[in-house]
Amino acid sequence: MNNWDFGLTLTLVGMGGTLVSLWVLTFVMKAMKRLFPVKLDKSAGTGSGEGK
Amino acid sequence: MTDLLLNASSFLLSGFMALTLGQVVMILAGGGLLYLGIAKGYEPLLLLPIGFGAVLVNLPLTGLMEHEGLLRFFYDHGVLTEVFPCLIFVGIGAMTDFGPLLHRPGILLLGAAGQFGIFLTLALALALGFTQLEAVAVGVIGACDGPTAIYVTSKYAPHLLGPVSVAAYSYMSLVPLLQPPIMRLLTTKRERAIVMKASKESVSRPVRVLFPVVVTVVTCLIAPKGAPLMGMIMLGNLLRESGVVGRLAASAENEIPNVVTLLLGISIGATMQADQFLRPATLLVLALGMVAIILDTVMGLLFGKLMCLLSRGAINPLIGAAGISAYPMAARVAQVEGMKYNKRSYLLMHAMGANTGGQIGSVMAAGIMLSLLQGLGMG
Repeated sequence: MNNWDFGLTLTLVGMGGTLVSLWVLTFVMKAMKRLFPVKLDKSAGTGSGEGK
Repeated sequence: MTDLLLNASSFLLSGFMALTLGQVVMILAGGGLLYLGIAKGYEPLLLLPIGFGAVLVNLPLTGLMEHEGLLRFFYDHGVLTEVFPCLIFVGIGAMTDFGPLLHRPGILLLGAAGQFGIFLTLALALALGFTQLEAVAVGVIGACDGPTAIYVTSKYAPHLLGPVSVAAYSYMSLVPLLQPPIMRLLTTKRERAIVMKASKESVSRPVRVLFPVVVTVVTCLIAPKGAPLMGMIMLGNLLRESGVVGRLAASAENEIPNVVTLLLGISIGATMQADQFLRPATLLVLALGMVAIILDTVMGLLFGKLMCLLSRGAINPLIGAAGISAYPMAARVAQVEGMKYNKRSYLLMHAMGANTGGQIGSVMAAGIMLSLLQGLGMG
């Protein structure tokens, strides 16, 4: 493979691959946050209810 | 008796007699690194052992880098086997809090843009006449990540290990000087003054614990050759977040990186032998290293501007510059620059998110590059 093809392949696939991989990871992170949301503290919940 | 005295004195002077001009230059260069580390405080943990290693290896007749020499042993068994950079990654993982990134996952994309300099510099190095594998090693300085640069260079261009490591570590410490002018050049005052809202979402403990495992699985399925790097950084993070192995987490955060940094630093310094280091290619590598980090910053900022546009001004583009892997310096630079234009602007947590994204991004970019090279039959 000549230098031109090599450089172009690595630059395009490298930049594109890194961007797409991290984009996929953002969805994975969002999915994890949905699957395991923060559980609200019961006492805090009661407290806010009392204030209404 | 006179002959004996003459022989003995000539033996004591043999070191002086064997000293070459190149070695003197390199001893001075090692002294320069020691000065930067000790007097200026630039990355002292690394520049001190690297500088001392450079001084030591350029003293004639010591045999430290010859077969069975002490520094040769550290180099062969720690650097060439890639053990040292991988162990450093366990420490980095244990020291990194991915919380800010988990608060705002979209910021991870800035960590991808912050790696574009790697590939653009690779293309530039090819145009300047470096061989294909040398260009890969030169480009990876743009990862702004010493262990990654050492890992890739020791694999593909070990003869460039000295200049690549020196460039990677010294430019990393120069991030606070290199980035602000580029930030001011590429952003408007209005953009720099944007106040980013703090994320109201919290991150649960299961997410924090699962994060290193899931990231390892996903990224290693995409780029299997990056597994040693990503696996180790995420192992360190799992030790931290699991909360059940305090002793291991403390070792991963302290003892392991401390010992390995010392051995890695002195081994890198040992690659700065005059006959191998004093070549025009070294200057070119150092220059291209700086170009790589500048390009990373430019691309990160441009991507930050794009995100600012798409979010209708909710994202301050300055945090794009923190998408490089120099942690936590790049995040601090974004915070300081933001504060200059708006005293109410607290970018640090957002920039930390981009910065930790840059750490994942740099390892991912290296992994993709390694996997690509394997695919091309060069790995």
